[in-house]
Amino acid sequence: MTMPLMRPARKNPMLRTRQLNLPPAARGRVALGITAAAAEGRFELQACEDCGAVQYPPREACHKCLSPRLRWQQQGGDGVLLSSTTLHHSNDMYFRERLPWRLGLVHLDAGPTLMVHLHGDVPDAVDPPVRLRVGARLDRTGQAVLIGFPTEGGAAMADDKMLREMTSDPKFRKVLVTDGKTAVGQAIVTSLVRAGADIVWVGHAEPWKKTADMQALSALPQVTLVPLDLTNGRSVVELAGAIGGKVDIVINNAEVHRTFGIAARRGIDVAKAEMDINYFGLLRLAQEFGPALRGRSADGEVGATAWVNLLSIYALSNFPPHGTFSASKSAAYSLAQCLRAEMRPAGIRVINVFPGPIDDEWNQHVPPPKVGEGALASAIVKALRDGVEDVYPGDVAQEWLERWRANPKVLERELAAGGS
Amino acid sequence: MAVPVTVPYVRYSTHGAHWFIGQAVAELVKASGVRKEQIDGLCLSSFSLAPDTAVGVTQHLGLSPRWLDHIPTGGASGVMSLRRAARAVQAGDADIVACVGADTNHVDSFRQTLGSFSNFARDATYPYGAGGPNSVFAFITANYMRTYGARREDFGRIAVDQRTNALRNPYAMFKKPLSLDEYMAARPISEPIHLFDCVMPCAGAEAFLVMTEERARDLALAHVLIRGAIERHNAYSEDPVMVRGGWLKDRDDLYAQADVVPAALDFVQTYDDYPVIVMMQFEDLGFCAKGEGPAFVRANDMTFAGSFPNNTSGGQLSAGQAGAAAGFLGMVEAIRQLTGAAGARAVPGAALGLVAGFGMVTYDRCLCTGAVILGKSQ
Repeated sequence: MTMPLMRPARKNPMLRTRQLNLPPAARGRVALGITAAAAEGRFELQACEDCGAVQYPPREACHKCLSPRLRWQQQGGDGVLLSSTTLHHSNDMYFRERLPWRLGLVHLDAGPTLMVHLHGDVPDAVDPPVRLRVGARLDRTGQAVLIGFPTEGGAAMADDKMLREMTSDPKFRKVLVTDGKTAVGQAIVTSLVRAGADIVWVGHAEPWKKTADMQALSALPQVTLVPLDLTNGRSVVELAGAIGGKVDIVINNAEVHRTFGIAARRGIDVAKAEMDINYFGLLRLAQEFGPALRGRSADGEVGATAWVNLLSIYALSNFPPHGTFSASKSAAYSLAQCLRAEMRPAGIRVINVFPGPIDDEWNQHVPPPKVGEGALASAIVKALRDGVEDVYPGDVAQEWLERWRANPKVLERELAAGGS
Repeated sequence: MAVPVTVPYVRYSTHGAHWFIGQAVAELVKASGVRKEQIDGLCLSSFSLAPDTAVGVTQHLGLSPRWLDHIPTGGASGVMSLRRAARAVQAGDADIVACVGADTNHVDSFRQTLGSFSNFARDATYPYGAGGPNSVFAFITANYMRTYGARREDFGRIAVDQRTNALRNPYAMFKKPLSLDEYMAARPISEPIHLFDCVMPCAGAEAFLVMTEERARDLALAHVLIRGAIERHNAYSEDPVMVRGGWLKDRDDLYAQADVVPAALDFVQTYDDYPVIVMMQFEDLGFCAKGEGPAFVRANDMTFAGSFPNNTSGGQLSAGQAGAAAGFLGMVEAIRQLTGAAGARAVPGAALGLVAGFGMVTYDRCLCTGAVILGKSQ
C-alpha cells in the first residue's frame, strides 16, 4: 500500500533550486486525441465505427478492416497485467532523476496491449494474473500518459510518487486565492485547508473593511489575508514581491459580474470594470506571478504546480442577458490558453474552470440548477488532485458543453432566441 | 555471396554514416579486386543517413548503380538485403551488388534516435520511462520467464558463450572474458534485463557482395551459396505479448528450400538484441520445441567449438551493435565461417549455417523476422 506523503522538510535556502526536466513531450497529431480526453479526466481510445475494433497506439486507419472511420471511445480500462518491469536506467533526464520507475504491459479487455506507468499498489505480474484498471492522466508536459491503477485503491493512493508527478494535489502546498470576499472564495479557501494545504494566502481588495466572513477565514491557522487589488498593477507587484517566490498554486477567482448586454445599459463603464478584473486582472496576475511559478516547478515534492482560472460556461458562447460579462470571460479564456502555452514548458498546469451559473446575487434571475459555492470549490480541489485541465462544474455547464460540442452555431441561435 | 568485410567498430565517432559506408565499399573493392565502377547494384541499410537516402550515397561515393535499394530495417536488414540482391542478380538487373549496413554513433545520438524511432515509439513507448528497447524486452523476457520457467542463468549461458567466441574475434568490442557469476552480478537495467543482456551501441559497418556463382568463380573469390531464405513482417500481431516470432510461420518453407533438417546445420547466427530473442529463435527455427529453450541452452555448449555453435563472432552482445550493421553481423560472420576466414574461432568442418534477422521495435515487439541458410561452395 502507498505510504501517506509526509510533510517535506523545510527547503535549505543555501541550495540551488532544482531545475526542471520534462518527460518526452512529442506526440503525433492523432495521438493527441488521448490527451484531449485526458485533459477532461476521461480515458479514450480509438474505436472503429465499421468493425468495432478498439486500437492502440492511435492510427490513421483501423488495423483490422482499414476503415478510416475512427472515433474516440471512452474506455473502462479493465485489463490484465501481462508483464512488469522496474527501470533502473533511462535515456531521458526527467526519468533519470526519478529512477527506479515501474512500467507495465497491459492486455486491455477491450483488445489492445498498452504500455503504462504502474501505480505502486499494483503488484508485479504473477500467476494467477493481476487485474488492474488503466486510466489516462496528463504528465508534466501536459501530454496524456496511461497509468495502471489497482482495481481497489488504498487510502493514500493519491500519494503514490509516480502519480503525484501527474497531479497537483494541494496537500502541503502553498496557495494564493485572489479573492476571499465572495462566498465562492471562502468555500475555496476552506476546501483547500481541508485538503491539507500548508498556507493559503487570501486576497483582500479592501483590507480596511473588516467583515465577519473575512475575520472567520483569518482565524484558520493556515490562512493569511493579503492585500490584493487586481485592478491595481502596483498592488499585484507588491504582493508578488512578498510571496511570489513561495506560491505553489494560484487560484484566480476574482471576478466582476454584472447583468445585461449592449442595449440595456449606456456607456462602457460597467463593461470596462468587468474587463479590468476578469481579463486585465488575469493578465496582471500572470505577468507578476507566472515567472516565479515557472522557476519553482521542480522545487521538491511540493513545488510550484498549477494555476487555476475561474471562467464561466458563458466563455464558450455568449449568453446575451449577461452579454458583456460573457465577453470578458471569453477574453479571459483566450488569455488563459496563452498562459497555458507559456506555462507548459515549465511543467505548470493551467486549469480552466467553466461553471454554469453560480448561485450568487448576480444570477438571481437565472433559474436553477445553479452551482453552489461548495460544489464549485470541491470541483476545483478535485481538478487539482486529478490533474485535469478543463472542468465544467454544474448541470448547466455540462449541458451547454454538450450542445456546444454538437454544434456551436445551433447553440448560438438557441441562446439568441432567449433560450438558456 | 562473397567478400565479407567489417569496418572496425568504435564506441563513438565524429564521422557521419557516409564515412563508414565509404570505408565499407572501399574495403569491398580492395578485398575483391573488383573496380568500383563494376559494382552496379547497391543495397543499403542505415539509421543515421538522414536527410540522405541510399541515392544520396551514390553521389557521395561516386557510384553509378543500375539497381538500388534502401532498407532501413535494422536487425532484419542483412537477410532482407541478401534476398533482394540475390533476386536482382538472378533477374539480370545487376551483376555485382554491394550490400552494406553501416551507422555512426555520436555521443547523444542513441537517445535522439530512440525518441524519434517510429510514430508508435514517439506516442506510446518513449514517454514511458524512455528506456528504449530495454523496457520492451524486459516485458517480453519477464513474461517468457514466467510462462516457460526460464531463469536468468539460462540467458547468462548465451551471453557467456558468445563472449568466449568474441575473445577470438579481433573485431569484437569486448576483449575481457565474462563469467556466469559476473553476468548474474551485473546491475539491473530494466528488470529482469541486466547489464550483460544489453548490447552496446557503437559505430561501424559490415558489408558483402552478391553475384552469380559463375562470376565469383571467374573473379576467384571465396564464396558461399544461398540455400534458402524467408522473410515475414508483423507476424502474430494478435499475441498480446511476444512469445514467438515470424520465423515459426515460414521455417518449414526455409528448410524445404534448402532440403535440410535443422540438425544438419553446423552453426547458427541468431539475432541477439537480447538473449530471450536468441532463445526464441532456437525454438521458432526448430532446434527445440516452444518452451524448451531453457533446457536446450542448459544442454548445449554454444561456443564456436561446442555442440551448438551460436553467434561465433560474439554477436552484438559482445562484438557491439553498430546500428543497422548489427543486421549484417551474422551474415558477414557466416560467410567467413563458410569460406575458411573465421580464424581462431572457426567452427570445425562448417559447411552449412543459418543466419537469422530480427528488427524494428516500433512499439511492443520487433516486426521484421527473416532467416537464410547458407552453404559452402563445393
